[in-house]
Amino acid sequence: MNPFLPFEWIAAVRFLMEGRAQTALTIFGAAVGVAVVVFMSALLVAVQANIFTRILSAQAHVVISAPKDEARALINTKTFAEIATIQAPAQKLRSIDQWQKIRVVLAAIPDVVVVSPAASGAAFAVRGDASKAITLNGIEPDVYYKIVNLPTMITAGTAALAAGDVLIGNQLAINLGVSLSDKIHIRSATGTDEIYTITGVFDLGNRGANERSVYVPLRAAQSLLGLQGGASSLDINIVDPLAAETMAVRISAETGLQADSWIKTFDQLFTSLKTQSISFGAIQFFVGLAVALGIASVLVVSVVQRSKEIGILRAMGASRGQILRIFLLQGAIVGLLGSIVGSAMGTGFVMLWRIFARNADGTPFFVITLAPSLFVTAAIVATLTGVLASLMPAVSASRLNPVDAIRG
Amino acid sequence: MVDHASSRADDAPVLRLEGVRRSFGIGTDVEIEILHGIDLVIQRGEFCALIGPSGSGKSTLLNIIGLLDRATAGKVFITGEDTDLLGDAELTRLRSRSIGFVFQNALLIPAFTALENVMMPQLVDKGWPDAAMRENASRLLGRVGLEQRKDNLANAMSGGQQQRVAIARALAMNPALVLADEPTGNLDTKSAEAVLKLMREVNLANGTTFLIVTHNMELAEQTDRIIEVVDGMVVSGTTRPTNASRNKLT
Repeated sequence: MNPFLPFEWIAAVRFLMEGRAQTALTIFGAAVGVAVVVFMSALLVAVQANIFTRILSAQAHVVISAPKDEARALINTKTFAEIATIQAPAQKLRSIDQWQKIRVVLAAIPDVVVVSPAASGAAFAVRGDASKAITLNGIEPDVYYKIVNLPTMITAGTAALAAGDVLIGNQLAINLGVSLSDKIHIRSATGTDEIYTITGVFDLGNRGANERSVYVPLRAAQSLLGLQGGASSLDINIVDPLAAETMAVRISAETGLQADSWIKTFDQLFTSLKTQSISFGAIQFFVGLAVALGIASVLVVSVVQRSKEIGILRAMGASRGQILRIFLLQGAIVGLLGSIVGSAMGTGFVMLWRIFARNADGTPFFVITLAPSLFVTAAIVATLTGVLASLMPAVSASRLNPVDAIRG
Repeated sequence: MVDHASSRADDAPVLRLEGVRRSFGIGTDVEIEILHGIDLVIQRGEFCALIGPSGSGKSTLLNIIGLLDRATAGKVFITGEDTDLLGDAELTRLRSRSIGFVFQNALLIPAFTALENVMMPQLVDKGWPDAAMRENASRLLGRVGLEQRKDNLANAMSGGQQQRVAIARALAMNPALVLADEPTGNLDTKSAEAVLKLMREVNLANGTTFLIVTHNMELAEQTDRIIEVVDGMVVSGTTRPTNASRNKLT
C-alpha cells in the first residue's frame, strides 16, 4: 500500500484490480471509443487540411477587382420618384484605377504577406484548326509564385516566364496537340493576336483549370486584353487564410473596390465542410455516450456487488464523501486508462491508413498526422466522461445505509 | 497508539440508553415499534452478551448502539457523549473512534490483505502516519496469532482466521466499546472457542467493553452479564460472577 496515496485512491485501485477481467473489458470498451474518436479526428483534420491546401495552392486568399458596372434608375428630381429603370450593362473588363498606389497601400497592411497584380480575361488559344477558349492570366512571376506555387506544378519545361513565353495546362496541351517549345496563337476577344512559345506545362490538380489556364507575362496580357498599363485584379495572400473574409470586408470598406475572399468564393465547400464537422461532432457525442454508459453500467453492478464492503467501510467511519470519491475515481481511472490504450489503438489505425490508403501510383491520398494535443484532449475528455459516468453509481453507493448494506 | 476514548470522561459509562424507542413505517400510515423504551447502562470493562429470540429487536438495538441507526425517541450516550446532538459527520467520527465492530461473517474487504484490513479504520480516519498504522496493525495481528499471515489477502484465509482479523480490525482504533454480532455464528466449535477466548483476553488486558449478540446460550453464559431482549424490551440484565466465567476461559 502506498503511504503517500489517500485512502480513496488505494481503495479505488484495489477494487478495480480485484475485478481484473471486468475492469479490463471496461477499459477496452472505453479504449475502442477513444480510438475511433482519435482516428476520425486525425482523418477529418487531414481531409480538411488537404482540401484547404489544394485550394490555396492555386488560389489567392483575397482577390481585389474593379467595382462592377451598375445600372442606376432615372429619378425625377422634383418628386424623387423612379421614372425609368435602365437594364444592367454587360460587365466589361476594366482595370483597377490607380492600382499601383493601391498595391502599395495593401502591402503596408501588417497581415498582408504578398500583393500580386494580374491582368486576366477571356481569350482563345489557337493551333492550326484547333481553337480553345482559355482564361488568360498576365502575371508578375516573382510575386505571383508566392501565391500560386506554379514552379512546383510544372510537369514539363520551366516556370520562368520571359517576353514571348507562355505556360499552359497539361489538359490544354493535349487538347491542342502541343508540347514544349511549340508555338501557339493567343487571340483576345478584341481581336488582338500574338504568337507565344510554350516554355512550361503545368498541372494545377484540377482538370477544368488545366484545360483553361494560360499564363503570360503581365505586360503581354495587358496588351492582349486592351488593358495597357492596367491590372484587372490584385491577388493578396494574408497570414491567416481563415481570416480572409474579414480582410476582404475591411479592404472593400477602405478602398471601395470589390474584394472577394476565397472563403466566399468556395462558400458551398465551406458549408459542406461545416456539415462534415457537425456530423463528426454528433458521432463523437454518441461514441462518448456509449463509452459513458458502458462505464456506468459496470460501476452500477460494482456498487451492488460491493454493497457489503461499502457498509463495512461506512461502519468503520468512512464518510459518504469518501465512498463517493472511491467510485468517482474508479470512473476517472477507467476513462484515463481507456484514453491511453485508445490513443495507442488510434495511432495504430492511422499507421494502417498510411500503409493501405494510397493512390494507384503508390503516393498517399493525403498526409495524415497526429497532433500531441489530440491525445491530451482525448485523455481529458475520456477522464471527465469516466467521472460523469460514475456519478450516478457513486452517489447511490454513498447513500447506502450501512445497516442495509451489511445485511445485503 | 492514541487512546481517543481516554479523552472523554473516564467515570461515564461506555453506554447509556434512556427510553430508546425505534419505529419503522410501513407504507405511509402504519408504524411498527420495534424497541419500546429501553434503558440500559454498560460500564467500562464489562463483557456482556445480548440475547433474545429472533425478531426481539436485538439487531435494531445493536445498530442504534453502534450509531449505524438513530433512535426514534430516547437518548443514546456513548462514553458520556449525547449522540442526539451530533450531526452525521460527527456521529461517523464518534463511531470510528469509540466503537469497533465484529460481524458474523467477519466481512473483511477481500481486495486488501489482513494487515491492510486491520489498518482500515485508521486509513479511513486519515491523518495517521503510515508507520504507526502498520506497527499498530502488526501488533494487533500478532495478538490474534496471525502476524505470519499479515500479507495474505483476506479471502485466502479460513473463516476462523478471518474472524480473528476482524477482531484485530475492531481494536485498531482502541475503541471503548466493541460490538460483536454473532461473532462465532459461522465458526466450528474449536474456532468459536478461540475467538471468544481472544475477546475475553482483550477485555481483561485493555479493559475494552464487549457487547456480544448471540443466540448461543453456552457462549452467553461465559460472559459476565447477560442482557435479554424480548419483544423490544430488556427483560433482564443479570451480572454474573465474573471469576467463574473467566476461569472457564483461562
